[in-house]
Amino acid sequence: MEGNIGELGQYIGVGLTAIGMGGAAIGVGNVAGNFLSGALRNPSAAAGQTATLFIGMAFAEALGIFSFLVALLLMFAV
Amino acid sequence: MATEAHGEATGLSFHPMDQFIVRPLFSDGPVHWYTPTNVTLWLAAIVLATLALLVLGTRGRAIVPNRSQSMAEMAYGMIHKMVGDIAGKDGLKYFPYIMTLFMFVVFANFLGLLPMAFTVTSHIAVTGVLALAVFLTVTIIGFVKNGTHFLDLFWVRSAPLAIRPVLAVIEVISYFVRPLSLSIRLAGNMIAGHAVIKVFAGFAALILINPGLGALVTPVSILAVVGMYAFEILVAFIQAYVFTILTCVYLKDALHPSH
Amino acid sequence: MISLLQEAAHTAAEHTESVASSVAHGETETATGLPQLDLTSFGNQIFWLVVAMVVLYWVVAKVALPRIGAVLSDRQGAITGDLMAAEEFKLKAKEAEAAYDKALADARAEAGKIVAANRAEIQKELDAAIAHADAEIAARVSESEGRIRQIRDSADTDAREVARDVTAELVRTFGGVVDQAAVDQAVDSRMKGALQ
Repeated sequence: MEGNIGELGQYIGVGLTAIGMGGAAIGVGNVAGNFLSGALRNPSAAAGQTATLFIGMAFAEALGIFSFLVALLLMFAV
Repeated sequence: MATEAHGEATGLSFHPMDQFIVRPLFSDGPVHWYTPTNVTLWLAAIVLATLALLVLGTRGRAIVPNRSQSMAEMAYGMIHKMVGDIAGKDGLKYFPYIMTLFMFVVFANFLGLLPMAFTVTSHIAVTGVLALAVFLTVTIIGFVKNGTHFLDLFWVRSAPLAIRPVLAVIEVISYFVRPLSLSIRLAGNMIAGHAVIKVFAGFAALILINPGLGALVTPVSILAVVGMYAFEILVAFIQAYVFTILTCVYLKDALHPSH
Repeated sequence: MISLLQEAAHTAAEHTESVASSVAHGETETATGLPQLDLTSFGNQIFWLVVAMVVLYWVVAKVALPRIGAVLSDRQGAITGDLMAAEEFKLKAKEAEAAYDKALADARAEAGKIVAANRAEIQKELDAAIAHADAEIAARVSESEGRIRQIRDSADTDAREVARDVTAELVRTFGGVVDQAAVDQAVDSRMKGALQ
């Protein structure tokens, strides 16, 4: 199996960016978990905070999406 | 390039990115700026869908609404409440603008989920223009409404004086990253979801090549496609919601810049 | 499992290597990079996006939202109207109840008055009857008393007469001279208190 060493590095790099997905997963889980524990403590206040929940999730998730973007760039644009 | 190498090694054809190619509708020629393409087609579909829901659906103007009017009113109520709650009463002036954004993104995402469809919001060019439009509008509104007072947004008065310059730098960077993150978030979510569905769909073809292993892999991958599709329906709505809600948050910053 | 997969993938690769590669190269539609980063399509996308957004904005802001807003405010108006009507009906019901209560109270008062009047009349009649009876009783009593006094008086005078006669006879019998005045005086002094 012969190949280009640059291509090898490219694939390894793309694989490594998948770690970013784990980080985003931890972040989103953290947001959702903390929201839930807070909501269970004070259910009456939970309804008003769903917007904040989604904003927080969006920010946490955005960074995972950035890692996906890096993977795509490595794969196709480099 | 990399595309040539992957896919062919297993005999399965993985072309998860092909669904995003911009093609002319009527010819095979080059894509000029005016050429009607699949982008044009699906943008038209979005406009028609919005028209169908918001205009045709409410043509009865009934006091007791039917199903489609109910949905239109629900969308109206949701976005109206969101703008009012987040951006405040004076933000309601920009409600039509935000409603347009929401209807566009939500229909782009949902129509993109139809099989063989083209997802316009999966393109950085489209989401980038939307995000830049939001960014520019919000910045202009901020300066017009508040003048130089708008710069208070970057000068956090509640923080100790010593760390304010540092915070200012961070705030400025985060302010200018906004259009980037807004556009990449939406496009990235769409690309990722659709590409994953396509990859699973590619695995589903294994039964044609290797019936033994395919009997195991194909049902799993078809189930995965179904699962991902359901998840993507959720994501399609949530991303439209998030796009809109972040626009509202930015609008609030522009209208009331003091922290 | 993993080894099985690898093996399968390997055989599959061997099996289709030649076919797949030729097919892949023959396809003109395959993306050679990320389509999202194909700058040649950006102008097209942005142009049509701007067109679509302008149309969409017009549809949403000029047609759809005013209509939905009008429908919602109509409904709100209808609901508030209904609520107000309900409030009015409630007020009317309260008024009716108050009127009923008042009528009831009036009737009760009237009844009480009538009862009191009747009672007073009866009382009056009763009083009159009692007074009449009392007067009659008093008259009869006084009549009886008069008669008794008469009887007593007559008994007194009779007794006095008898006593005088007896005294005068006694005095005569003992050979005395009857002094009528002295006899009367003696009898009177003796009789005083005896017949009381």
